[in-house]
Amino acid sequence: MNYKTRTKDAIAALIAKDIPAGAYVNLGIGMPVMVANHIPAESEVCLHSENGILGMGPTPKKGEEDYDLINAGKQPVTLLAGGSYFHHTDSFAMMRAGHLDICVLGAFQVSTHGDLANWHTGLPEDIPAVGGAMDLAIGAKQTWVMMDLLTKSGQSKIVAQCTYPLTGLGCVKRVYTDHATFECSKDGISVIDTVEGLSIAELEGITGISLKSKN
Amino acid sequence: MINKIVNSISEAITSIQSGASVMVGGFGTAGIPNELIEGFIQILNDKDIRNLTIINNNAGNGDAGLAALLKTERVQKIICSYPRSTDSYVFDSLYKAGKIELELVPQGNLSERIRAAGAGIGAFFTPTGYGTELAKHSDGTSKETREINGRMYVLEYPIHADFALIKAYKGDRWGNLTYRKSARNFGPSMAMAAKCTVASVYEILELGDLDPESIVTPGIFVNKIILVPETSHKVP
Repeated sequence: MNYKTRTKDAIAALIAKDIPAGAYVNLGIGMPVMVANHIPAESEVCLHSENGILGMGPTPKKGEEDYDLINAGKQPVTLLAGGSYFHHTDSFAMMRAGHLDICVLGAFQVSTHGDLANWHTGLPEDIPAVGGAMDLAIGAKQTWVMMDLLTKSGQSKIVAQCTYPLTGLGCVKRVYTDHATFECSKDGISVIDTVEGLSIAELEGITGISLKSKN
Repeated sequence: MINKIVNSISEAITSIQSGASVMVGGFGTAGIPNELIEGFIQILNDKDIRNLTIINNNAGNGDAGLAALLKTERVQKIICSYPRSTDSYVFDSLYKAGKIELELVPQGNLSERIRAAGAGIGAFFTPTGYGTELAKHSDGTSKETREINGRMYVLEYPIHADFALIKAYKGDRWGNLTYRKSARNFGPSMAMAAKCTVASVYEILELGDLDPESIVTPGIFVNKIILVPETSHKVP
């Protein structure tokens, strides 16, 4: 193996670079939150939080936390000048009806035609919990996934068919991973880029999926 | 004269039957009406009320608030979107022991089903959940679906409730309410959807002193308001 995979921070930076200035964006709980650290303030990307915030700002300074002002992950946040509060039903109207330009979500699996599985392991001992995952997945103008390509045991999370319970059908447009960036469509999956030194043939070997280059 | 101000939840809820459905506002640390829940538990114990259905986004954290309500084992069913959290051990153990039924609803469908109840809507088609396990009834049969303009939707029904307990910020004797920051969350929709909505506030103003442009929930949706001592929002 003569290539180096991207760090989580590097994936976050890649995603941030692809978000246009002024976009309305929701960053899912977990890894996607890191994208915010790479968005320059002057680009005025407007962050949405499903519990009722637009124009969400960074974590408050120690001692300035306000537990009436939290994000979807229930962590204290701040509000930027120009930001607003609204109730849950309005917030989900924004999500469901395509008012958000982009949402970035984590995933257990993404299928080659853009099905997403990210809410439940399906194991009987795990208590299911869905939150806003299904609304986000199908509602934003574009749904992007941020994840490592492989599970801890080395299995590809890009699959021909999801085996985990689905979050949404055909909803994922792009998948940013530590090995490569992919685009999903009804016609299947293509590769936007790979890390330096990783060929598409090698990537096919890793994923077990037949891949074509987007370019 | 309209005066919706009462001194306690036992004055607000004078009649409740076993099997009642109760909406409880809040998301995470924000907007949970802990003072109302405490008083409500007292009512349940005093009147031996059982088999409640609770509607909330979550299923309680730690031992206080909603978790304390579940711990009474007077709740038969919870309708929520995200029951699991690091400290949802009260719910977790009840669920695993088969002592509570869970209806898991995607968060936006939950919110819209509550709103629909308050808005007089019979049912609605939503794209959220289509093709997933949550587009099934509890018996495993599929919910009704329909293709509308080339997109697939699932039919969802409103969630009505006998009572809503919500936390607001300021109010007046007509029941007009404002909220604070993201503590607003489910309050406005739940206030519309319940037969009897009880709101806690930190301040009661004279009529006319709440800016009419800033009132979020008009008093028509509120039955009783209760002044509670302001707690610090500096701690969870």
